[in-house]
Amino acid sequence: MAYSDKVVEHFNNPRNMGSFKKDEDGVGTGIVGAPECGDVMKLQIKVQGEKIVDAKFKTFGCGSAIASSSLATEWMKGKTLEEAAKIKNTDIVQELNLPPVKIHCSVLAEDAIKAALADYKKKAGQSE
Amino acid sequence: MKFPLYLDNHATTPMDPRVLEAMLPYFVEKFGNAASRNHAFGWEAEEAVENARKQLARLIHADPKEIVFTSGATESDNLALKGVVEMYREKGDHIITGLTEHRAVLDTAKALETKRGIKVTYLPVDKTGLVSPDDVRQAITDKTILISIMLANNEIGTINPMKEIGKIAKEKGILLHCDATQGVGKIPVDVQEMGIDLMSFTAHKIYGPKGIGALYVRKKAPRVRIAPMIDGGGHERGMRSGTLPVPLIVGFGKACELCEQEMPTESVRLAKMRDRLQAGIMKALEEVYLNGHPTQRLPHNLNISFAYVEGESLLMGVKEIALSSGSACTSATLEPSYVLRALGVGSDLAHSSIRFGLGRFNTDEEIDYTIKRIIEIVTKLREMSPLYEMAKEGVDLKNVQWATH
Repeated sequence: MAYSDKVVEHFNNPRNMGSFKKDEDGVGTGIVGAPECGDVMKLQIKVQGEKIVDAKFKTFGCGSAIASSSLATEWMKGKTLEEAAKIKNTDIVQELNLPPVKIHCSVLAEDAIKAALADYKKKAGQSE
Repeated sequence: MKFPLYLDNHATTPMDPRVLEAMLPYFVEKFGNAASRNHAFGWEAEEAVENARKQLARLIHADPKEIVFTSGATESDNLALKGVVEMYREKGDHIITGLTEHRAVLDTAKALETKRGIKVTYLPVDKTGLVSPDDVRQAITDKTILISIMLANNEIGTINPMKEIGKIAKEKGILLHCDATQGVGKIPVDVQEMGIDLMSFTAHKIYGPKGIGALYVRKKAPRVRIAPMIDGGGHERGMRSGTLPVPLIVGFGKACELCEQEMPTESVRLAKMRDRLQAGIMKALEEVYLNGHPTQRLPHNLNISFAYVEGESLLMGVKEIALSSGSACTSATLEPSYVLRALGVGSDLAHSSIRFGLGRFNTDEEIDYTIKRIIEIVTKLREMSPLYEMAKEGVDLKNVQWATH
């Protein structure tokens, strides 16, 4: 299967690869997926006020999974929590030209965003 | 070095230029139909076919009359299983095969189960991929008409104890079919010594052309009979009708001859290269696991899992090297390699597996380059892997509650 140029580009030059300390103030961490399924994504956000000032990812998975999470960090940075929550997997599919068999990578990225946001809110005592 | 490098010789091999040279006259100049009995064109083609038949037979220690040409190993596997079942159905309805067989055998066996009501025993393998002769013996019933076990596995290269299995088959009077697609031309194969009654193999895995394969069908002790799947002009002693593709057959013959001549030196050279590849990678990287048998495996095969790194991303990182992975992401099914699963390799490590298949035209320089690039990409992807990070922090990944999707 040939990859889209954008997937290759993110794979070769991943944005915001790395980690924050999980217990650091203002950091929310989302880990989704499972090793048995062949993909695990860790997405982290650093929040000041209502704004995501930084984001980082680490991903075990195929090129499309790595690209999806790299893109997710890029998009989350600078957004408010509310705006970030609106990122949809279909946006990722469109941006990266993911083929049908790789749609689950984008779903995973959306799940990781949600998980990171929920973790942050929980830590900040805003959990519903 | 010429890029991309080709290290996927279990999938197919490049054709040897000497094979092409042998084939060329049979396209335009010597175009006759080997079945034309009444003129020089036919005689010339027939002679070429019979010469190739001898070359094939010599490589596997068979009689040329025991060679049936087919379109490839998949057809040979189909013909062996379906042909035996149709011919011997009244003698029994049970066949024995293994969990790590090629899909051409497994799917044929499944089709016989659903369409013909045949009962199939799928034998497990040990953690190195070996079928146990004892398991074969115990699976045999008075209804068993065929045992089908592969010589060497296409993913992990493990070589089965065919001689022992052949002995049991003989003792019990049950036909033994062997899918030897990956073994023929690479390791010595002797159908007499191994007690094999039917054997599938193909040209394109041994530097010959695609589109031509063969089924060895024993003529004596016992005389094996199979029902044809393709009816027609009665070619190949009625077992496989259809005009013979003379150029392909000539190429197959030449490829066999070259393998017979070069196997003693080639297998040693490839094993040495493979061992260097393995040592070079394993010395530099931690948590790299060999899949398959440490010694009883094909000389040109190396299958290893790189913990915490997903196979497809690894392949993507070394695009200039043609390799293969047992990762689900490289297959249409989204399931990781069933061969590795049968060995008891966890899904996580199955997703992390890479198959290296060395071949006649690989060089030491290419191996050195591959070692260097694999180390680079695995190191890079582990830096990127949350699993590697967790493992380094001392988290036992087995005890993590994963949010599965």
